[in-house]
Amino acid sequence: MFNQQSPFVQKAPTVTLVMMLVMFALLPGVLAYIFFFGIGVLLNLTIAIITALISEYFVLKIRNLPVKLFITDGSAVVAASLLALSIPSIAPWWIIVIGTLFTIIIAKHFYGGLGSNLFNPAMVGYAVLLISFPAVMTKWPLPASHLLDFNIAQQIQIFFYGTKEIIDSVSSATPLDYIKTQIFLGKPFDLNFTNGMPINSYFNASIIISLSFLLGGVFMWSKKIITWHLPVTFLLSLALISAIFWLIDSSQYLSPFIHLFSGGTLLCAFFIITDPVSGPTTPKGKIFFAFGVALLVYLIRVFGGYPEGIAFAVIFMNICVPLIDSLTQPKVFGHE
Amino acid sequence: MKLLDKIFKFNGGIQTNPKKDISTKNSIKCLPIPSELRLPLRQHIGNMPKLKVKVGDQVLKGELIAEADGNISAAIHAPTSGKIKSVEKLLIPHPSGLPDFCVTLIPDNKDQWIKKAPVNWKKLGIEKTIKLLLNSGIVGLGGAAFPSHLKLGNNRNSPINTLIINAAECEPYITCDDMLMRERGNDLIKGIKLVQSLLGAKQTIIGIEDNKPEAYKIISDLIIKESSVHIKVVPTIYPSGDAKRLIFLINGIKISKEKRSSEYGIQMFNVATIVAIYRFIVHGEASLSRIVTITGNIKEPRNYEVLFGTPLQSLIQDTGGQKIRNNTFIMGGPMMGFKLPSIDVSVTKTMNCVISAEPEMIEAKKEPLPCIRCAKCAEACPVLLQPQELFWFSKSDQFEKAQNYNLFDCIECGCCSYVCPSNIPLVQFYRYAKSEIIAQSIAKEEADIARERNDFRILRLEREKKERAERNAQRKAENTSEEKSKLIEEKRAEIAAAMNRIKDNEKIK
Repeated sequence: MFNQQSPFVQKAPTVTLVMMLVMFALLPGVLAYIFFFGIGVLLNLTIAIITALISEYFVLKIRNLPVKLFITDGSAVVAASLLALSIPSIAPWWIIVIGTLFTIIIAKHFYGGLGSNLFNPAMVGYAVLLISFPAVMTKWPLPASHLLDFNIAQQIQIFFYGTKEIIDSVSSATPLDYIKTQIFLGKPFDLNFTNGMPINSYFNASIIISLSFLLGGVFMWSKKIITWHLPVTFLLSLALISAIFWLIDSSQYLSPFIHLFSGGTLLCAFFIITDPVSGPTTPKGKIFFAFGVALLVYLIRVFGGYPEGIAFAVIFMNICVPLIDSLTQPKVFGHE
Repeated sequence: MKLLDKIFKFNGGIQTNPKKDISTKNSIKCLPIPSELRLPLRQHIGNMPKLKVKVGDQVLKGELIAEADGNISAAIHAPTSGKIKSVEKLLIPHPSGLPDFCVTLIPDNKDQWIKKAPVNWKKLGIEKTIKLLLNSGIVGLGGAAFPSHLKLGNNRNSPINTLIINAAECEPYITCDDMLMRERGNDLIKGIKLVQSLLGAKQTIIGIEDNKPEAYKIISDLIIKESSVHIKVVPTIYPSGDAKRLIFLINGIKISKEKRSSEYGIQMFNVATIVAIYRFIVHGEASLSRIVTITGNIKEPRNYEVLFGTPLQSLIQDTGGQKIRNNTFIMGGPMMGFKLPSIDVSVTKTMNCVISAEPEMIEAKKEPLPCIRCAKCAEACPVLLQPQELFWFSKSDQFEKAQNYNLFDCIECGCCSYVCPSNIPLVQFYRYAKSEIIAQSIAKEEADIARERNDFRILRLEREKKERAERNAQRKAENTSEEKSKLIEEKRAEIAAAMNRIKDNEKIK
């Protein structure tokens, strides 16, 4: 029926291809992640993708939707991967499974499935995990003991059994978390080496991982999968906001550099807020949205109860998207 | 001549594979007169012309067959000499696939002209010349088929400063304007100067896409000494040939849907229309033929100069037929054209191109996925609409919202569908929403009229009631005359007497 009408020619990458390119763009970041945080990252990714595909399959069956068409669109794989990359590499398997199920079944399909989800599915899954299991979700391994001297068997053991002693022996709070605690306690913090915390090695790892995500982001931009508006505005805003506070009092506030290169800032800039479904569509709207996320991320990081605020910031801004879109309509050709 | 090089780029648009070279290798070919010509009476925007011939009449080439009915209409002439065989409803090249009135002419192969009457427009005056054009049968040959005399004449309130010649030909495959410029550049330039004078325009700008270097060379050589005719090369970005987009590309003026370019002192004509006007005024030849591109999945694609009414079949046969047989043909370009309901139709004034469908053009499209709001469509929209929102509103029948998002500014160019990764037939949704809104507004108008009529009826009934009451009151007032009261009293007396009689009778009993 539809092929009876113009246009009779078309040239567009399919949704599947777009999602595959996103996965490809994630690759450098994932590799850097594995290098610094061990095989656990890979285990997380694998279990998340498998869980996503299985749950997607059953939900599609229940919803009576064409399974092959939707399962091959790749959106579940991307959402699951983004969730897995946000979870600490030494998290036990059931954390990943619960998060992924939440991401796919509730955040995605309860809202209508592909194209209809109001919130970024990966961030909903992450927020649920963070609220429900804060202890597990804030413990990261020490990147100093990277892949080479980090026992793979031990990691697999952690993945399946989550032995508490092992976790304690290899993990610590993230630098953002540590610094926040220090500031909260009114103690000075030392970025070089404090209380046995190799913060510098954290940052070295963090910078390399961040740059790897940046590489993937630039790739997506060059392939026209994303526009510059979201990542550039987000990063600039975060840098600007943190610079203002830092310049006011550098003993209380971290430098823009640390804010840009710690936590999931770069992953967020290029892969999380660029989710088209839950984000704004107008160029101006993208700028407002990204600024809003940056502001909230900073506020939560510095003044909020959680060391990292990306998930909450994104979810909050997702709510504002219909408003942002309707207020930022570009002028139609010839309309004054 | 000046080569104007400042380009005002409009938002989005798409770069397609132009596929123009396949039909420009051969020169324009004329076919022998076919054995039968079928002329639809409705080949333009506006009223159907009034028939001036009867079945059995002998007509000469260029003789009036049907005369323009009112100002918004166009005439039809006999493309060659012959005999009128019939006037009946036959299939026409229209997306509806519905038959319409056609005059069938059997040529006598003498191709005998009626006495040509060139117009000495300088002597006759512009106004009278334009009036003559009403029965020239000339309509916009770019595909819109808007009667040309209207565009030449309706500018008395806002004088035309600039004549823009649309030589962009932005749709892929189509090359009829390109070939016309290459082979009939002289006529075109003479026509341009003529139309410029008729409009009273100070300058002419020819807008041509940069994928036609041959035509550009020929035209720019021809106008090298013309001081008021300029040429502007625009980038090959579809839909640069859309009138309002081309005006913007050329001089940066954005004209919205509701406005006409003439309000800005600009009038635009397609190259083929200019040549048709030239031939009518200078040679006294009415609009009898046009150039048609036959291209696509065909053995020998090329352009033909064809008499109106020629069976499309004969053109297809002359090209050697389809390479891959699928019997599917698209009229117009691949972006905005439509699938011909049948190949058994004739060439009309709007037929600029017929594409023998390539297999990939008609294969079942991939199942559409939900919209993922990637906004690729918004990036491609030359009107700066938000196609993803319009889609959402059209799909969910939220027509008011769709209108608030300027649905009616959509030119249905198809750029959004072209780039959609979810394969959504967006333009179809907009067409659906537009037609629903139009249908609703007609229904509303009818309902309004009915309500008004009803309100009026209620008012009238009330008025009549009031008037009747007044009349009665008046009558009552009149009835209080003495005569009447006497009569009443007499009656009362009679009744009283009767009652007494009854009472007496009862007493006796």
